[in-house]
Amino acid sequence: MNRAIITVIGQDKVGVIAKVTAVIAECNVNILDINQTLLQDIFTMVMLCDIGGCNVDFKRFQEKLDDVGEEIAMKIQVQKEEIFSYMHRI
Amino acid sequence: MNSSFNYAEIMETINMVSNENLDVRTITMGISLMDCADSDIDKTARNIYDKICLKAKDLVKTGEDISRDFGIPIVNKRISVTPVSLVGASADCEDYVPLAKALDHAAKEVGVNFLGGFSALVHKGMTKSDEKLIRSIPAALTETERVCASVNIGSTKAGINMDAVYTMGKIIKETAERTGDRDGIGCAKLVVFCNVPEDNPFMAGAFHGIGEPEVVINTGVSGPGVVRNVLSEHPDLNLGQLAEVIKKTAFKITRMGELVAREASRRLNVPFGIVDLSLAPTPAAGDSVAEILEAMGLERCGGPGTTAALAMLNDAVKKGGSMASSHVGGLSGAFIPVSEDAGMIRAVNENVLHLEKLEAMTAVCSVGLDMITVPGDTSAETIAAVIADEAAIGMINNKTTAVRIIPAAGKKEGDCVEFGGLLGSGPVMAVNQAKADDFVKRGGRIPAPIKSLNN
Repeated sequence: MNRAIITVIGQDKVGVIAKVTAVIAECNVNILDINQTLLQDIFTMVMLCDIGGCNVDFKRFQEKLDDVGEEIAMKIQVQKEEIFSYMHRI
Repeated sequence: MNSSFNYAEIMETINMVSNENLDVRTITMGISLMDCADSDIDKTARNIYDKICLKAKDLVKTGEDISRDFGIPIVNKRISVTPVSLVGASADCEDYVPLAKALDHAAKEVGVNFLGGFSALVHKGMTKSDEKLIRSIPAALTETERVCASVNIGSTKAGINMDAVYTMGKIIKETAERTGDRDGIGCAKLVVFCNVPEDNPFMAGAFHGIGEPEVVINTGVSGPGVVRNVLSEHPDLNLGQLAEVIKKTAFKITRMGELVAREASRRLNVPFGIVDLSLAPTPAAGDSVAEILEAMGLERCGGPGTTAALAMLNDAVKKGGSMASSHVGGLSGAFIPVSEDAGMIRAVNENVLHLEKLEAMTAVCSVGLDMITVPGDTSAETIAAVIADEAAIGMINNKTTAVRIIPAAGKKEGDCVEFGGLLGSGPVMAVNQAKADDFVKRGGRIPAPIKSLNN
């Protein structure tokens, strides 16, 4: 399976999840799991996604989320899953 | 989460990259130039240019793609080539400057920032071609921008070629003078080795050894900032427990390097060589090996305890790293370049860290006296003697040592030099004034050491 991790970090505000997930859905990326925490005012969301059916290439998908990140003033990163599994697991 | 990893691990990785300067320091493509040799020097130069441009045409783009996919910075994309003294040997010419220029043009064409391999291996003696290459070094490093040179003058099996050591003292002086208008930057691209590895991906000492395949991908990882931060979080651990923490951190850093190396190898369809698990500092704040030693409990790097702390750090990095990768090689350990490490620079400026202590430190970590700036009036004989001391440590201890020293023209102790970028800036360090001229001028070879009766 072709999976990626999306992390969203920044100052909490109304509509963060709505804005981010709208782009994810528009690109036909399936969210498999979400973990969200709020530490003081810092919002952190980690999503595990299946990008196998993504209707744009990976670079374009990153750019679209970059644009949303800019709009809501939060840092959004999309990284292939392997970097995390490789780093922490044998 | 619905996978084999968890939220804390993901955030740890993100934090390492965002806040602790974790990166893959270099993807280095090794390219054999053995089939570029020709009796016509211009034809050889053309062959070299064409082959590098062909083999490395996708290197930089692939590096950038991998960096974007995984969200891991890959700072440098570089090339190492067969030692030019071997490639040029059959060419009928006076010097190898045209070959250096061909390498420089090729490096610019494919977009790599450094290319290593203007090199010769002369630990037992010099061929005519080796002599020609060494004679060409000052002009080559002055007239090119991205080419790096290295010369191996000793090994545990062969001893130390003191004629070559003295020659290199003079070559370093000449290179410094020729690039005097730029603080002697030519010398920052010139390394003198003992026991040089053939698969080192780090500059300026990288070259593509004769035991290597046609083309190969090696990577060098970094991450002093990550290690320093993890140590700062554990002020109460004893040293055995601290070593364990360093090992675990080195493991994670190296896994990242291994993943990037394998991915680059797959995408470029080039065999994977090694991961060099070195802690390579940069001048950036917090990316310092000296600060790791200070986080272990030293007031300043260079004071008593520094050698012991560095020995433990170096060993723990190797232990953790070698668990993480199937092929470890290159220099592997902690680098202690003065001008590239903010903590080292501070220690020199505060008069805590001296050349002699650095020399002791090189006995227990990778490489050697690296990016040391000394007064411009330091003689070729004194530089040769410093090289001989460093080579002796490598020869006796069966390890790689090296000297990258810059006698900055017109500068004196306490002045500052500025190389820019990753090469950083640094204070001019004091050199012991007692002369070794007669010793150096004796020439000949220091015999290879006996390896039993170890003391």
